[in-house]
Amino acid sequence: MSLTKENILTLLEEVKDPEIPVLSLVDLGVITGVEISEDDHVTVNMTPTFAGCPAMDYMKKDVERTLEKHGISNYKVNMTFDKPWDSNKLTEKGRKQLKEFGLAPPPKYDLILDLDILEHVKCPYCDSDNTDMRTPFGPTLCRSMHYCNNCKQMFEQFKPL
Amino acid sequence: MNEQAIKDLLYKLADDQLILGHRNSEWTGFGPILEEDIAFSSMAQDKIGHSLAFYTLLQELGEAEPDTVAFTRNANQFHNSQLVELPNGEYDFSLIRHFLYDNAEIIRFEMLSQSSYEPIAKVATKLKGEVKYHVLHANTWIKNLGSSTEEAILRLQSSLNEAMPYALGMFEKSKFEQELIDAGVYAGEEAVKAEWLKRITAVIEKTDLKLPDLATIEPKFGGRYGEHTEHLQPLLDEMAEVFKIDPTAEW
Repeated sequence: MSLTKENILTLLEEVKDPEIPVLSLVDLGVITGVEISEDDHVTVNMTPTFAGCPAMDYMKKDVERTLEKHGISNYKVNMTFDKPWDSNKLTEKGRKQLKEFGLAPPPKYDLILDLDILEHVKCPYCDSDNTDMRTPFGPTLCRSMHYCNNCKQMFEQFKPL
Repeated sequence: MNEQAIKDLLYKLADDQLILGHRNSEWTGFGPILEEDIAFSSMAQDKIGHSLAFYTLLQELGEAEPDTVAFTRNANQFHNSQLVELPNGEYDFSLIRHFLYDNAEIIRFEMLSQSSYEPIAKVATKLKGEVKYHVLHANTWIKNLGSSTEEAILRLQSSLNEAMPYALGMFEKSKFEQELIDAGVYAGEEAVKAEWLKRITAVIEKTDLKLPDLATIEPKFGGRYGEHTEHLQPLLDEMAEVFKIDPTAEW
């Protein structure tokens, strides 16, 4: 196999967020760069969603394991803040997968966080906007908790950041 | 740029986050309601993550690796403000401290995201987005409880009075203050404090609480230079207890 940036990204589609196993790291937006040198050395740059996310180290090891599994042994995976993550970096495919998984995807926004953005999140189960935020913190750092007044269920949102 | 000045700034930032992160984690399992238990636990995780980001920058400047720096220093080697090491007290005190601290921290991150020192600017750009949630959480609760029952208002007011000298201690200048300002690293502690005062006043004015007269308060300085209250060393001993059983263990 000749190494190209595209086929490395295709391989990395296999690596899923350990807490949201339908979502690949590519669709999560945490793979910020792939470089291949002339002698086929692969560099993958990643960035954390949340700086304190305990899954990031696991994800990095998973990327390394996946490269090895496909016979790539000349590589380096870096975790950097060079291109910091924000929730607009989630792909459309990723947003769809989040919703199917039962997590409200973050709205695309101008990166100015205010209460309005957080208050009325669309319910991933019934699509109602008649919802309230219960708390901006949830079972993982990237989730907030909401209640849908229409279908009377709690749901979680992948937080806008 | 004077590397000592940058290191001093990084230690101050990292140590504040680590120590308050640890204090926040002490609410895990004890929050007054489940949502608050989760909120303080999440903020603990965020803050310890933030301290790791700054300790990693220190490592790149030749300091020891983050676990060693976090777990093997004694109290007099820590640069955190005394505010963050005080015991949690009751929920009203923890909430007031969280409000006073995070409203300052976000200003620091906003300023540092424009820093002439690029490694700090990148990390601060990332972290300020996360701290927004902490500020939002603190301001919402202060507004709600600060204009609710008599007991809530009395408790918060008494905690605010108690915490304020320590909060002012956050703005203790480093011996490299002017150098950092001149080099465009950030606008310095006086500037952080002025903006902080505006922001906390705007929230407090929406409640029945009163900001104490700052002119009559003697700030509790010393933390930035390794002088701490009796509360820091026991915190460090507890935090490092497992690490010290086997410092070479792989986690």
